Amino acid sequence: MKTVDVIASAISNTFRSKTRTILTILAIFIGAFTLTITTGLGTGINQYIDETVAEIGADDVMTVTHAPAEDAGDGPQEYTADQVTQQAVGPEGEQSLQPITQADLDEIAAIDGVLSVEPVKQIDADYIQHADGARYRINVGSFVPGMQVQLGAGEQPDATSDALQVAIPVDYVAPLGFDDDAAAIGQEVILGLTDGNGEVQTVTATIVGVSEAGLGGAGASASPNTALTDALYEAQAIGTPAGQADQYGSATVRFDPDSTPEQVEALRASLADAGFESTTLDDTLGTFKTVIDGIVLVLNAFAIIALLAASFGIVNTLFMSVQERTREIGLMKAMGMGSGKVFGLFSSEATYIGLLGSVVGIGVGMLAGTAVGGALSSTLLADLPGLTLIAFDPLSILTIVVLVMGIAFVAGSLPAARAARLNPIDALRYE
Amino acid sequence: MATPILQVDELHKTYGRGATRFDALKGVNFEVREGESLAIVGKSGSGKSTLMHLLALLDRPSAGTVRVAGRDAGTLHGRELNRTRNRTFGFVFQQFFLTPGATVLENVILPLKIAGVGRAERKRRGLAALAQLELDDKARNKSSDLSGGQKQRVIIARALVNNPRVIFADEPTGNLDSATGAVVEDILFELNREQGITLIIVTHDEELAARCDRRIHMRDGLLVEERDELREEVAA
Repeated sequence: MKTVDVIASAISNTFRSKTRTILTILAIFIGAFTLTITTGLGTGINQYIDETVAEIGADDVMTVTHAPAEDAGDGPQEYTADQVTQQAVGPEGEQSLQPITQADLDEIAAIDGVLSVEPVKQIDADYIQHADGARYRINVGSFVPGMQVQLGAGEQPDATSDALQVAIPVDYVAPLGFDDDAAAIGQEVILGLTDGNGEVQTVTATIVGVSEAGLGGAGASASPNTALTDALYEAQAIGTPAGQADQYGSATVRFDPDSTPEQVEALRASLADAGFESTTLDDTLGTFKTVIDGIVLVLNAFAIIALLAASFGIVNTLFMSVQERTREIGLMKAMGMGSGKVFGLFSSEATYIGLLGSVVGIGVGMLAGTAVGGALSSTLLADLPGLTLIAFDPLSILTIVVLVMGIAFVAGSLPAARAARLNPIDALRYE
Repeated sequence: MATPILQVDELHKTYGRGATRFDALKGVNFEVREGESLAIVGKSGSGKSTLMHLLALLDRPSAGTVRVAGRDAGTLHGRELNRTRNRTFGFVFQQFFLTPGATVLENVILPLKIAGVGRAERKRRGLAALAQLELDDKARNKSSDLSGGQKQRVIIARALVNNPRVIFADEPTGNLDSATGAVVEDILFELNREQGITLIIVTHDEELAARCDRRIHMRDGLLVEERDELREEVAA
């Protein structure tokens, strides 16, 4: 028997006992449906994280600081006059570290694999003001080229432009006196800060974008472009003692975006040898993703349990089929059908049941997931713009189909093996 | 003289062991020549069905050999054994029922499907076999909608479709009334005469057995006599 005939026969046999097959498919449907929803949840949340990642930092960038002193331990650290307070990203909180100086920057730039190094210029802005309106307190974020803020309107600040550009948080649009997000674009704002002499300095910048609050937190502060950062830092440095302004808490190192993880690891090792500690985007996100992946894994485990229960349904259905068709199997074997093909016939039938169950389950799962996700993001989760709670990507959908078909095949192999073992004579005597 | 299509030598078949041991065949020797019709006659329990299963290579003997066209069937395994059965034999068994939900044509072409014949060729040969049995107008009907005689003719068409050299018939008229039974008998003997297909009929019906060229009688797992008065005719 040709393989195509085996499959065609299996498919037509599937619906010989309609009620039984439909009930089995229903059981698989529930498993596939659950798996679709839980996987969709994981995909949706991780997609959201990936989108908001761009506002935490760029892919080809790592943050470099001096490594903390070896004996720092948990106890109090000894004071040295020139240490800086570094706002570390991550759970460590604030740490006192040696500052990065121009000499350090030169040293880092010389390390193999470093494309460029830029000091992170920490800016403490006092207020933001539009025209003669009220002044509002604001934080100014450090915008690394390659970072993307989540935009409600306008464009990303242009890192290469000489113009002073800023993206303001959406919460500031109305207080600053703009009618809506679009009206704010192209308008000028004044940023005020205190210099080393205690005097107020102001810098005027043009609004190019309005940012939305994301998980990364960058959307809640003003995002300046490089030109504006330099202008603000310069204003802030007026009156500070010589040398003080050339000390930075940290620096950003840019590396080849096509680097393999091994190459990145090698770069980090060279940095460590030189006494610097580096943090990549993946380090920062790792915790987030690990938690979400863990939750999704547990949810998926429940779906797999449902599928395992359904697989016993397949075993049962096919055992009954084999029982009913004992004489037919005997007939086919007497006519020269090999045991392998008989096995193929029944296992294809099981796999086909799996395919039907998974396709129906995934179809309904995607409809339900999209509907529920849509309803939630406009009500309960309206504060997280851009979040699609349940999203689907083709690869994970395909994985579910293959997984369910695989489970169905394994379940079907038991009855199929029994059918394949049938002796034609015994099958013919069977009443 | 040509090699016999089937030849059995000291055939033994034993079921079970110890106290439940049962010797179904206790040393059977005979041969079947190509193109003859042979009746295996005996009461139930005489071993005639066991003998036919061994001849049709559906079962393996405990001792002795079955030769198909001179070749020891004991040396055939797996794929080769299946192919030999598929190409050489056609079966008209009472138990070889038709799949009820499938059409008459689908039932008839099952041996071709198993042989791996292509779709168009299957259909052509299936319809030809049905036409030979004057059932071509029923090709699209569900096999469960046919009468007993029609069903038996479909089974004969199925046995024929792969151009077998031997047709085994186990009580081919057992479930039919005498008029329908006579028609089915006529068809079988016609195939034997006109297409030269060797016919082996297992029956306890002496009248049917009498129509065959040769009869072998079985009792308690042994041949009791062999009537070969027609042997010369066949050989001629």
